[in-house]
Amino acid sequence: MANNNLEEKGEIPAETYEEEHVHTVYEQIASHFSSTRYKPWPIVSTFLENLAPGSIGLDVGCGNGKYLTVNRDVFIVGSDRSTNLVKIAAGHQPHAAIVADTLALPHQKGRFDFAISIAVVHHLSTRDRRREAVQCILDTLRDGGKALVYVWALEQKNSRRGWDEGHEQDVMVPWVMKTSKKNAGENGETEKTFQRYYHLYRKGELEEDVVNVGGEVIESGYEKDNWWAICRRSGGG
Amino acid sequence: MKVLTLNFLTCAVKACKSSSASFPLHPKDCELVSDTIKPDPRLIHNILPRVDWSALSTTALELGFPALPEQPPTKEQLEEDEKMMGELHTLLLETQISEGKLVCGNCGHEYAVKEGIANFLLPNHLV
Repeated sequence: MANNNLEEKGEIPAETYEEEHVHTVYEQIASHFSSTRYKPWPIVSTFLENLAPGSIGLDVGCGNGKYLTVNRDVFIVGSDRSTNLVKIAAGHQPHAAIVADTLALPHQKGRFDFAISIAVVHHLSTRDRRREAVQCILDTLRDGGKALVYVWALEQKNSRRGWDEGHEQDVMVPWVMKTSKKNAGENGETEKTFQRYYHLYRKGELEEDVVNVGGEVIESGYEKDNWWAICRRSGGG
Repeated sequence: MKVLTLNFLTCAVKACKSSSASFPLHPKDCELVSDTIKPDPRLIHNILPRVDWSALSTTALELGFPALPEQPPTKEQLEEDEKMMGELHTLLLETQISEGKLVCGNCGHEYAVKEGIANFLLPNHLV
């Protein structure tokens, strides 16, 4: 089953592929997913806590909005593809959350002091689209504004999934959700497995993408099975 | 969706971004609700310099609010005038669009707001 999901990747338009293997899945697992996403990752917390008071920024792919409350002195407009997740995120005062696509963000260019995009661009199924996402995020920044992008790493041999160098970078990752349905047979409980598409980034790949779209990497590194990069628009230092 | 958000939203269509008519988006047939949000004068002080006051004025008028002063209040004015601080807090953070549309002044596309959530996904032919 997993093989079929990956095989059709080159055969149907990327948007259709992502609709089926990313967006529809998150919409269905939203509240379960949200209940497991509450602890901010350290690098992201530090980035947010170091922002100047009064900074205005974006959380592109905000999910349930778990990063919206880290710093009380900034205002964030979060966006996500999943309406169900945005409804949860919109409850985090005093910020805002909207439904939008990373590749068509409804924001002015050069308006924002910062942006974060955590575990998002790895769901785009072609390199061009992942690069375009980085570009769209960088475009929203003012001169000197910074973006933190955080993606799943290929090199995570100590994690539960144990992927590492040499493994295929395009993978389907299961999400198991228990649901109880009225007509689910004698036990009253069923388990459903959803497959989500991920592109696992190899070391250096994220930085290459940033530079490819005209951005500058300020700092980058590895944290808890993820590659991250803090970047800005070139010449906007 | 909080009124303040409109100050940071434009049309999602790429071609519209270079037109000044795409910002701010124009509320149409909007139902407003008032939420109670804990006052945070520090936040208002902090973000006011980043607010596009002229766009906010346009938005306030279009939503049926009394006209805002031509210039934003200074930090000192805000510190002295609790009433003005309260009014800004109410307008920016507590006043929410629960249902309605946001219209681009450049291309005319209308984005829907339902149950307080604005949806900026574009139909395929506009991407």
